[in-house]
Amino acid sequence: MYDFEFVKPSTVDEAVAALSSEDAQALGGGQTLIPTMKQRLASPTKLVSLLGIASMAGVSENNGVVTIGGATTHADVAAAGLGAVSTLAGNIGDPAVRNRGTIGGSLANNDPSADYPAAILALGATIVTNNREIAAGDFFDGMFTTTLEEGEIITAVSFTPPSAASYQKFEQPASHFALTGVFVAKTASGVRVAVTGASEEGVHRWTTAEDALNTNFSADALEGLSVSPDGMIADLHGTAEYRANLVKVLAQRAVASC
Amino acid sequence: MPKDNGIGASSKRREDVRFLTGKGKYTDDINIYGQTYAYFVRSQVAHGTIKGIDSTAAEAMPGVVKVFTGADFEGIGGIPCGWQVTDRNGEVMQEPAHPVLAQGKVRHVGDPIAVVVAESLQEARDAAEAVDVDIDELPAVVDMKAALAAGSTKVHDDLTSNLCYDWTLGGEKADVDAAFENAHHVTTLDLVNNRLVANPMEPRVAIGKYDAADEDYTLYTTSQNPHVIRLLMGAFVLGIPEHKLRVVAPDVGGGFGTKIFHYAEEAFCTFAAKAVGRPVKWTADRSEAFISDAHGRDHVTKIELALDENGMFVALRTDTMANMGAYLSTFAPSVPTWLHGTLMAGTYKTPHVSVNVRAVFTNTVPVDAYRGAGRPEATYQLERVIDKAAREIGIDPITIRRQNFIKADEFPYATPVAVEYDTGDYDATMNKLIEIADIAGFAGRKAESEAKGKRRGLGINCYIEACGIAPSNLVGQLGARAGLYESATVRVTATGSIAVMTGSHSHGQGHETTFPQVVADMLGIDESMIDIVHGDTSKVPMGMGTYGSRSLAVGGSAIVKATEKIIAKAKKIAAHLLEAGEADIELADGQFTVAGTDKSVAWGDVTLAAYVPHNYPLEDIEPGLEETAFYDPNNFTYPAGAYACEVEVDEATGKVTVERFAAADDFGNVINPMIVEGQVHGGIGQGIGQALLEHAVYDSDGQLLSGSYMDYAMPRASDVPSYVVDHSCQTPCTHNPLGVKGCGEAGAIGSPPAVVNAVVDALADLGVTHIDMPLSPNRVWSAIQAAK
Ligand SMILES: Cc1cc2nc3c(=O)[nH]c(=O)nc-3n(C[C@H](O)[C@H](O)[C@H](O)COP(=O)(O)OP(=O)(O)OC[C@H]3O[C@@H](n4cnc5c(N)ncnc54)[C@H](O)[C@@H]3O)c2cc1C
Repeated sequence: MYDFEFVKPSTVDEAVAALSSEDAQALGGGQTLIPTMKQRLASPTKLVSLLGIASMAGVSENNGVVTIGGATTHADVAAAGLGAVSTLAGNIGDPAVRNRGTIGGSLANNDPSADYPAAILALGATIVTNNREIAAGDFFDGMFTTTLEEGEIITAVSFTPPSAASYQKFEQPASHFALTGVFVAKTASGVRVAVTGASEEGVHRWTTAEDALNTNFSADALEGLSVSPDGMIADLHGTAEYRANLVKVLAQRAVASC
Repeated sequence: MPKDNGIGASSKRREDVRFLTGKGKYTDDINIYGQTYAYFVRSQVAHGTIKGIDSTAAEAMPGVVKVFTGADFEGIGGIPCGWQVTDRNGEVMQEPAHPVLAQGKVRHVGDPIAVVVAESLQEARDAAEAVDVDIDELPAVVDMKAALAAGSTKVHDDLTSNLCYDWTLGGEKADVDAAFENAHHVTTLDLVNNRLVANPMEPRVAIGKYDAADEDYTLYTTSQNPHVIRLLMGAFVLGIPEHKLRVVAPDVGGGFGTKIFHYAEEAFCTFAAKAVGRPVKWTADRSEAFISDAHGRDHVTKIELALDENGMFVALRTDTMANMGAYLSTFAPSVPTWLHGTLMAGTYKTPHVSVNVRAVFTNTVPVDAYRGAGRPEATYQLERVIDKAAREIGIDPITIRRQNFIKADEFPYATPVAVEYDTGDYDATMNKLIEIADIAGFAGRKAESEAKGKRRGLGINCYIEACGIAPSNLVGQLGARAGLYESATVRVTATGSIAVMTGSHSHGQGHETTFPQVVADMLGIDESMIDIVHGDTSKVPMGMGTYGSRSLAVGGSAIVKATEKIIAKAKKIAAHLLEAGEADIELADGQFTVAGTDKSVAWGDVTLAAYVPHNYPLEDIEPGLEETAFYDPNNFTYPAGAYACEVEVDEATGKVTVERFAAADDFGNVINPMIVEGQVHGGIGQGIGQALLEHAVYDSDGQLLSGSYMDYAMPRASDVPSYVVDHSCQTPCTHNPLGVKGCGEAGAIGSPPAVVNAVVDALADLGVTHIDMPLSPNRVWSAIQAAK
């Protein structure tokens, strides 16, 4: 790790100001950023911790909309009684990771194998930042990339609870990240199926499955569909064909357990 | 009633008090006044010529004490290999130089090129980034077959090829070939024994220290055998007389074989301590461990089994390529040969066995012994081909094994592959397995799994291993460049408490608990009066260390011999105190009694007399009570057992879950049943890891793809079931005084074939006949698709 400055502001405005200096970077739970810095693969000159900003932590419900603060830990989401979203959060990493890692950090990082992006996309959630609101569909922009601007902070995520939802994660044997994960949600605007871990484009929706499920919400409705391995990730743990298979199997299991 | 003291008692591991409360003292916990920190610049390419190293910028950086390169080690010995294998034509193996720091070329990712020594680790690391190494990259050879092909790039320019040796063992080729030609059935199997990284919890650490006034050196290191390091490094690398070199291996957080070997970092820190006039400390981080600790396994094998019409084995033929990596690590040549070929007969009476092994250099990290070392590779291929044969000819896997077993009344049994098993009872362990694994209930459990939509399979495996790695006479003939005995000193104090100095090294095995049980039992005193001293060449007379499940069988036997000498002398003293004849003195429960009388003195009276010799026959007996013994056995020991594994397979995803695992082992006599069970549990866990999860994967350029825990899958608690283990079948070893055989590696040897046999059983009706380890979900799914 190289030397850096550390600040822990207590308001979003202060954090935004602190982040305006060159090579400053936001720090959530540090579960991704700190290991990267230890390996000297990242070298911010200033870390701006978001964990001192009270308004960014915690889960609330207002007029049927759930809001999760951007600095809320996975453990807190797991304990918030949010159905499939809580189950998902409760299976991220291990207790140490869940007690530090935050939803804002996970979404900003947009690891192609991360869990939250599948939920956020399937729920059609809104990502709230210090200066705008971004629809989930406009937020993810390929592996490790989002449409966040330099210095922009995710202050919250909000969504309308689905009438039914399930997340099926198939763990990569070494990291226990999602080798592939599928989140199925019945939302007011129809069924949404989001897939993480599989595509070289990062998290994405499987719209063919959504169409089939909107007509017939059952695992059988997906039986006749096939998923193309084209553009799927191939690595040590899974070929493109294997991931394509998992997308379908996990989607069917998610529907069955909704 | 279970014993609560001495041999057979499940005494609690006394060392765990410090390990579990964070009070262990590991090498990295040692900090010496004035120490400096070393950071290694390692090759990032698998093969290349070093055109130049410019360290001027690095030398000018803050805190830098000195930058070392290969030039500083010119004329200094390289890292020696401790075993010389002679090939099928009577020629010795090809043995390349293994410099401490690269000389002109780099040969694997991680090969050390330069080292920065600085005031702090941070400064050393900063400066290491400024060391400018100019390398001309060369094509890398990673695949063994390609490495042996004519015209392949050579890992070592001065060797004739990438072949280290072509070795053979067993029957005459003509006899074996004839047996195959006349056989009723031949089963053939091509398989890979996957390359593993040992991953002990504690990474390697070395601290070198030099005292200019006395001209002596101290090395603190994470080693399984400090005396061996003293010998290898002192005599072959740095030319330091052994009495001027102290090697200390304090608490060591797991070894699994990879901490047996002498490594460049140890030699570097010792050498550099004198060069900079200050102690030098190096601590590996996990990423560095992946590319600098010796790896394990990595065999590619073709095995053939010939059977008669009744399913009796008539001949076995096996041909293996064994990866040595880029250099020969300390015991590397012995692993695929004498620790592998000699076990190819297994527990069976196969009359003809022929083993061929070609050891191959590649541009990868050196490969050496890893828990089981050669014996898991032998067991895996043998037990896989037997299972395949059983299915092909339609015999039940238990029956085919049982009918080919060496029977209990046929010992000692000389196999066609150079070893003689002293004792065993393979039917007994199989019977025990059938009971504890509830084989009879399998059909019911299979039906339950099927009702849930899962396939279920049962895998059986029998293993035998050669443990108590020693007989110096024998290993000398086989190419060992060292003797493999063990020593012990039993030092009794005036008040009767005892320190036992042992050459065995404990890095998790529980010696501090088990060894006192042996001495306490012999003397009839409480275990708490006895402490073990190990891991320091200045305190222990000599030692060959801990590996090959040898500590109790060899080291424990040396302790027995030394304690016998103590008893003999103590009886003399007691006879004097009791005014009786020495021959009439009996020792029981810590009391010396004149046979047939009630005249006795206690252990403490005798030890006090030895050190306060006021009324003492000085003309006949020396004062004091301390004895040393060396023990060198005349054979290996042969633990054996039968294992059963039940798995469920999710056909849609290929995911395998281990549902049940049972192990019936024959370890001979057992000193501490709880510790034995713990060793078996750990071994099975590592074996399941090899079978389902672990894999060190290189790409064709020689980059290690699975170089972190993000990609190298270690077994976790959730990957293993609750085990049923039994060691009640006991045929005591016939040639060591404790009748013990060793239990440290059994689990890792016996479990991988059981797991793979179970998965293949679950998928057999689809037509799956084999899947290479690790049986990852993707591999299992692909095998199912291919069979469909
Ligand atoms: C052992 C281990 C196992 C894991 N397993 C899983 C798993 O199974 N599934 C999974 O999904 N993830 C897993 N993770 C990742 C984990 O969920 C991380 O916590 C998460 O990816 C990053 O969150 P963080 O709060 O720690 O962010 P940090 O590491 O602090 O930051 C990550 C990035 O996000 C930026 N950032 C942080 N907060 C914000 C914000 N509010 N607004 C804008 N930018 C921000 C930072 O600048 C940085 O670029 C694992 C991590 C570890 C170490």
